Order: sequence, then structure tokens, then C-alpha cells
Amino acid sequence: MKILVCISKTPDTTSKIAFKENNTKFDEASVQWIINPYDEWYSLVRAIELKEKDASITITLVHVGGADSDPIIRKALALGGDEAVRINAQSDDTYFVAAQIAEVAKQGNYDLIFTGKETIDYNASAIGGMVAELLDLPYISLATKFELNSTTAVVTREIEGGEEVDEVALPAVVSCQKGVAEQRIPNMRGIMAARTKPLKVVEPTPIEALTKIVSYELPPAKAGVKMVPATDMAELVRLLHEEARVI
Amino acid sequence: MSVLIFVDQAEGQIRKASLEALSYGVALAKQIGTTANAVVLGNLAKNAADLGSYGVSKVYHGESDTFNTMDAQAYTNAIMEAVQKSNAEVIVFSHNQTGRAVAPRIAAKLKAGLVAGAVALPDTSNGFAVRKSVFSGKAFANVAITSPVKVITVNPNSFRIAETGSETAQVEKLDATADNAKVKAATVNKVQGEVPLTEAEIVVSGGRGMKGPENWGILEDLAHSLHAALACSRPVADAHWRPHHEHVGQTGIQVSPNLYIAVGISGAIQHLAGVNRSKVMVVINKDAEAPFFKAADYGVVGDLFEIVPKLTEEIKKLKGV
Repeated sequence: MKILVCISKTPDTTSKIAFKENNTKFDEASVQWIINPYDEWYSLVRAIELKEKDASITITLVHVGGADSDPIIRKALALGGDEAVRINAQSDDTYFVAAQIAEVAKQGNYDLIFTGKETIDYNASAIGGMVAELLDLPYISLATKFELNSTTAVVTREIEGGEEVDEVALPAVVSCQKGVAEQRIPNMRGIMAARTKPLKVVEPTPIEALTKIVSYELPPAKAGVKMVPATDMAELVRLLHEEARVI
Repeated sequence: MSVLIFVDQAEGQIRKASLEALSYGVALAKQIGTTANAVVLGNLAKNAADLGSYGVSKVYHGESDTFNTMDAQAYTNAIMEAVQKSNAEVIVFSHNQTGRAVAPRIAAKLKAGLVAGAVALPDTSNGFAVRKSVFSGKAFANVAITSPVKVITVNPNSFRIAETGSETAQVEKLDATADNAKVKAATVNKVQGEVPLTEAEIVVSGGRGMKGPENWGILEDLAHSLHAALACSRPVADAHWRPHHEHVGQTGIQVSPNLYIAVGISGAIQHLAGVNRSKVMVVINKDAEAPFFKAADYGVVGDLFEIVPKLTEEIKKLKGV
């Protein structure tokens, strides 16, 4: 069985979010880059757990990004990916990224494609669905549990106001979130092994981006917190009712 | 040329988040001078024609029972039938669980640019730019869609539902069914009788300061008085004090209510990533140095076990119950 795990690069949660060039570009200075947590903690770790039960499974990582992404790809290999493909392109258009991944997926005959629920920078939740459509595969979004049978997968997923257990024939695309697996730390053996694992760089397929970020804005600065004495909840209720108008 | 809005239902009831998307689509159609139509899949408790009261001319209805469970592929085929019949140029979804599963498929199929998580109507004065929330609520981006056909998902609680009158819409049946769905639902567990967290206008959330699951009664009373949904921080869910589906934060659910009341939560950056999109935040904590106060609009320092019941009492007074 072959599993393709989509890996995205995002700023660390604690990074300062700032913009430059008249708010048209994200300011990457002093940003610490990490593997998107949903991709790493849930989809990649679940793929590794499946491989630990069945050694015949291979895990291929796919990433769309420049050479500056190599450290996070090596980290994913250190955690337990077998090989990686980096598509040498930069884009914030979801269709462009999904179409590049679909091209790689077509060449590899994967039984299972994992993505994270969303990236923590653009929060679109779009890549899994688009890749599934471009490959004409079923898509199970927002999985909280994932088990493999021989030719099917049993997936618990979040639906509006509850959860549902689905059985899906493979191949399929699944987006993973909390519950599917737990975060791991790479060990020294993994880090050493990752140095020699194959990381193939391929040039992108010519695909036109369908969206473009025109500008960014930071939310208006908060006026500052208004403190209300613990003994005066009538005042808090008045403020919420008359000033904030939320109750 | 028209705007088509996908309207999601559960047990025959139309979701609040979908009505927001519906009103967004109707307002957008008016802005660009075209008509708005809706597509609904599965059985409805009410008449599909009643959606006319929100300003849509036509409702495309896939009535088959097979749509009562959501298979993204089968939904895509049915929505595509409505896209073709209505000659839709913009297709609008809610950014809820169903929208997140289906909208990207529709966008890929139509080679349409997608903006996921819109918070305002597009600026069509010079092109077509949609404002969306990015960096988990820490900023906004204005994203131009350059393709002829466009897909937008609308963030819950960012657009007001507007009934425009009492007109009835024309209903056209769709031929599509989900008979050949590749995803089979084995069991479905729905949380009964609670306000869904992502749709709630008010969220009451508890953290480690609550000291244990046995103390949640005071938060339940507060939530009840406000018709609010209950949520919790990650340590609370990890300790199994509360179920995981109540966990809000970076790895849990992201919420965007009008009012978020955080009780006994210190406000770690990972928690803020899930609640940054709230319009107004109230923080109740015994520690005046808790980082959450920096993000809050209103703060109360003190013993939550005394403060919360008093707050509930005052809210009941306001509501006259």
C-alpha cells in the first residue's frame, strides 16, 4: 500500500504576523517556519502508525514550495516518511497547489492521500477536496479516527453537530484533524536516517493560478480591556447589552 | 449569469450558517445586478419554495433520500447539475463542515477560483476581491478571483440573515441522486438539543480554573440563560472533563461568535487562535496577569465560582425570566 501525505509550511503559531510593501506581502523576517500542525501531528503520524503495523506500506511526502522548505521536509522524513517530492513553486492559490499535487499523485498510484484539516495560515480547508475532485476520488473531510481494512477505510468524521462513521473504498482522499493521532517528536535515529532519504525536486506543471492576494490588513487594535469589578455583574450585563450590544 | 447558493440541511432543518450564506449570495446578486438561486439536497421539513422569502428566484431541489447523508462526490454532481441549469457565475457555500467538503470540489471541477472563509461581500468596483480571515484570525487578506467562474465559502456569523419578503420561489427538481455514493455511512451520532458550537452567536467556555467536571453546572446555567453553546480549553478536553467536540483552539474548533465568555482560561496563544474571530470577548479569571485580558474587551478579576452565578442572575433579570 502507498500513502501520499501532503505537507504544508506555515509560520509557527507564536510568530508575529506583520506585512510589508504597503501591506501587499507577508513579512517573513523573524518567522519561525514549521510543518503545518494538522499535516504533521495528525495525517503524517497516522500514516506512520499504519506503517508500523504493516511494514509493506510506503509513505511519500509531497510539498509545494521552494528550497527554503527543505528543513521542514527533512523533519517530516525524520518523523517517518520514506521519501519526499518537492514541487518547486510558490503559490497561495489553492487551485494551483492542489493541481500540482494531483499531478504528482497521478504518477504514483497512491491508495490513500492524507491532508491536514486546513493550514493555520490561510485556513482554507480546500486542498483535500480539490485533489479528490481532480483525481475523481471520494473525499472524507475532517476525520477524527482512521482505520484501514484490506480494501476500504473506516473513518469517523465530524459533521454538522455530531460525528459519523463512514466506510469508503480505496483509493480515497482524507483530511485529518485532532483525534486521528497524537503529536510525536523525531528521535535521533530518525534524524540521521532522514539525511539520506530521497527528496526529489520536480518543476511545476504549467497551471494558471485562479486567485491572487491583493492586500493584507491587521484587525483594528482593540480599545483595551475594560475591567468590571467582580461585585458588579449588573454593570457587565449593562455594558454587554447597551455598549457592545451582543446580548 | 447568476449567483447560486448551496443551502445545507440537517434532519430537514435549514442550518443557520446556510441562511447566512443564502443572504450573502442574495446581497451579492443584487450588487452585481443578477438573480440569485438556491440548491438544496435531501428532504426538507418545510416547503423548498419558502426560501423565496430570503430573495432567491428559484430553488433547485435534489429530493432523493440518498442525500440525507453527505457524500462530497454525490453532492458535487447534484450541485453541478444546478450550476449548469442556472448558468451560475458565482457559487456560494457556508464555510461549515459540508461547505468545506464540497466547495473545493466544485471549484476544481469548474476551474473556478476559490476564496474560503469570506467575511464580507466582494469588492466588485475594480475586479472581484473577497476579504477573508487568515492566520487563524490574526489578520485579513483581500483576495482577487481572476477566473470567470467564482466560488466563495462564507465564514459563520459574519453575515446577517435577511428575510426580504414573503415571495415563494419557483422549485425545479434535480435528476441527480446519491445512489452510487462511494462513501457509506455506518453510524451517525448527533448531539441532540444543543446549539452547534460553530453556529452559536454566544459561546461560554471553561478552562482549568473550573477545577473539575463536577463544577460545570454554573457554566451550563450561564449558557442556558444566554442560549449559548458550551466550549472548553484544550487541557479540559485532554483531562476528559468535557468531550473533545467542545474543545476550541488551534487544534480544536475555530469559532467566530458575537460574544465569547472565557471562564478560568488563561489565554494561551493556541487557545486564542481558535477564538480570535469572536466580535466581543469577556474574560473572567482570578489572575489579573492572565494573558487573555490583553485580547479581551471586558474583564473581571475574581473568584469565578462567585462571579458566574451572579452574572447568570443579572442576565436572567435583563431577559425578564
